[in-house]
Amino acid sequence: MDSPSESHGTLAAGPMRPRPFVVVRRWDETADTFSVELRPALGDGSEPSGAPAFRPGQFNMLYAFGAGEVPISISGDPADGERLIHTVRTVGAVTRLLSELRPGDAVGVRGPYGTGWPVDAAAGHDLIIIAGGIGLPPLRPVLYQVLAQRDRFGRVALLYGARSPEEMVFIDELRRWRSRLDLDVAITVDRATESWRGSVGFVTTLIARAPVDAADAVAMVCGPELMMRFAALGLVKKGVPEQQIYASLERNMKCGIGLCGHCQLGPSFVCRDGPVYPFTDVKGLLQVAER
Amino acid sequence: MTEARWLGASAPEDLAAGLTQRGYRVVGPRVEDGELLLGDIAPGEALPRGWSDRASPGRYRLESTSEGTTGAAERFGFRVGAHSWKRFLHPSEALLFRARRDRTDGLKLQPPPPPKTPLALLGVRPCDLAAIGVQDRVLSGGPHVDAGYVARRRGAFLVAVECTRPGATCFCASMGTGPGVESGYDVVLTELVDDTRHGFLARAGSDRGAELLAGLGGREATADEQAERAAAVEAAARNMGRKLEVHAARRALAEGAELRLWEDVAERCLACANCTLVCPTCFCTTVEDTTDLEGRVAERRRSWDSCFGLEFSYLHGGSVRQSVAARYRQWLTHKLSSWFDQFGEAGCVGCGRCIAWCPVGIDITEEAAVAITQQHEAAEVRPHRGPARRGRKR
Amino acid sequence: MRDMVALLSASPVFAGLDHDQLEFIAGCGWNVHFKAGDTVFKFGEPADRFFVLRAGTISIEIRYPGGPARRLETLGDGEVLGWSWLFPPYTWQFDARALTDVRATAFDGTCLRDKCDDDPPLGYELMKRFAGIVAARLQATRLQLLDLYGQPL
Repeated sequence: MDSPSESHGTLAAGPMRPRPFVVVRRWDETADTFSVELRPALGDGSEPSGAPAFRPGQFNMLYAFGAGEVPISISGDPADGERLIHTVRTVGAVTRLLSELRPGDAVGVRGPYGTGWPVDAAAGHDLIIIAGGIGLPPLRPVLYQVLAQRDRFGRVALLYGARSPEEMVFIDELRRWRSRLDLDVAITVDRATESWRGSVGFVTTLIARAPVDAADAVAMVCGPELMMRFAALGLVKKGVPEQQIYASLERNMKCGIGLCGHCQLGPSFVCRDGPVYPFTDVKGLLQVAER
Repeated sequence: MTEARWLGASAPEDLAAGLTQRGYRVVGPRVEDGELLLGDIAPGEALPRGWSDRASPGRYRLESTSEGTTGAAERFGFRVGAHSWKRFLHPSEALLFRARRDRTDGLKLQPPPPPKTPLALLGVRPCDLAAIGVQDRVLSGGPHVDAGYVARRRGAFLVAVECTRPGATCFCASMGTGPGVESGYDVVLTELVDDTRHGFLARAGSDRGAELLAGLGGREATADEQAERAAAVEAAARNMGRKLEVHAARRALAEGAELRLWEDVAERCLACANCTLVCPTCFCTTVEDTTDLEGRVAERRRSWDSCFGLEFSYLHGGSVRQSVAARYRQWLTHKLSSWFDQFGEAGCVGCGRCIAWCPVGIDITEEAAVAITQQHEAAEVRPHRGPARRGRKR
Repeated sequence: MRDMVALLSASPVFAGLDHDQLEFIAGCGWNVHFKAGDTVFKFGEPADRFFVLRAGTISIEIRYPGGPARRLETLGDGEVLGWSWLFPPYTWQFDARALTDVRATAFDGTCLRDKCDDDPPLGYELMKRFAGIVAARLQATRLQLLDLYGQPL
């Protein structure tokens, strides 16, 4: 982060200038979602080496040359200082360009920005992680961190809901996690295919049966806003105290650093005061009927 | 610094000359084609003389004061026009970087060149001075600063001008930003004109301000002149065109998401964004990335944006704030309420520009008063148990 | 019988009923076991039972005319299968099939229904609980219908 005491030149560049990174690998997760591994571009002596350290839940602004930037949550392992991984859903012009990146291509990165999931604060507690659709990538770093320090936490349950079996991300990883004895993974889809032998139903139906001590549990929820609202209701009904529920929000971001005004949700700048919030902080704001 | 000097009626030109000599780029009020603008003051150029203005909801006129009256000589008879000083400190268009991409070197990004000469803002009204302070806090008070803003703002010389005759749309006294000022400037002028004499009380707010004044000649102001200034400013505070109850408005709007007011305003509001364009504190911007035809050189520019635009809240698939009611609610609530939560003060400085430049004459002070009233009514209804009254939405 | 009562009182569906009520209901229950693929009930058949699932997964399905079965939702352990026994016309509205091996407790719906007519307090208690189950199912179905993962926000 540039400080005002630096020279005019660097100052004028400031925090709106992306750092050049290079694509190392790129792979599809589903028909419209892909993951990409990045590393800092070499040869720029002023930049520190290695991927920037981040907290689970934070995001980067990814710059597609000449097209624009989008805020994308970091989906990799926070303990891996070499590889920066993002999982992106192709929804617009910029993400489409990002999806066309191939190894060796250049991409700009600004960040990491925003607040992270309260993983340390959850130590000593049971943990219930609820992901809906594209909400799993921002939560995967939490799972990595928790599993790397497994004995710091109580019972851990992952509830994942996807639209259909073909639209599930991180399938191999989910299989590996499901085979662990120290992690409870429940997966459900809204629509089944012929061959699907698993649960069918909205992800909130998995909450009641999640094997955690509700009163003690910390819940981290990420997915569409309506899903998070109903997940919170389901968690509270199960007995999880409302102040132990955390949600990750999303808003239109142009700068990611609290200066352009676009991401405001009531008085809060989602890029700076979020994207991870205690649910009680945003419950009221989410219920304001924006029409 | 309580020391004050007395300058003659040509103080604006003398100050401009002194500042130009010291290497500043001087910007100030100009009258062109009957319009009051803020722009570059060329060396030796005369600033306006004998102009006043009349503002009311949806209407602003610059008026030439008639010959033979004291007003004919007045240098700062007008209050504020459509332009505010943000056009220099936080310009409507700015280059953020230029990027090159090639196969061997990859991505290279280049910052824009820094500004060449520091700015001198000549003729900043107290409301606008407060607005500069507000933008300072928004754009450079947080964990990330707007580098371009800081580059333009740092070193900028501010010559403020106090108000002695507030306009019909002015309400700086309610917002605590005027009509007098005691800090935040390098030099502050108060114009005093009557049949006998015409001049300026000038006070320095910084060492370089004192140094500039010392080089202008003039003399020390008398105690009478100081008293006259104080009285004029105090009288102005009691004669404001409008009022706004700041703290009541803040509270009412914090709870006011469901007031009837929003639908009522939406019937008049065109979402034209004039208010955000003329508002001296509105800071929202958008970025546009472009590339040349070969796709080798890209630029990112940031430009003013308005929360009244439909695409402002766009989020892959649709806008979060579809209706004009939701957008007006966002603007007013932010300006008079959420701004306190974000930056510890109101976002509005009481300059009245949004009232004059709204094509349909929506008056922020009136809407704030309505919000306060409607919120009181809603609060009275709520504690009652039983069926909902007057078909009010919950 | 005592085991059955203990099982019932531990289930959220029957929590809060008094001992006599639990004993009566337990008397209408028996353990059942389905193998993966077994049909539990079919659309149109008399709805004379309901089940409390203890292990395994049941799929609620509807069969397209002349076509494959379309899975609507699945139920797992601890959940209640079947409420059509409590509301006219007392016939199943959907198919239910065991996706995996399933162990459950079945309850005689006809018997319980008659008892509820004679014992309004018990009837009210059961009606409350089943209405709650139907409400929760409806809410979850609505969320499923919204296809939220396909929406922008």
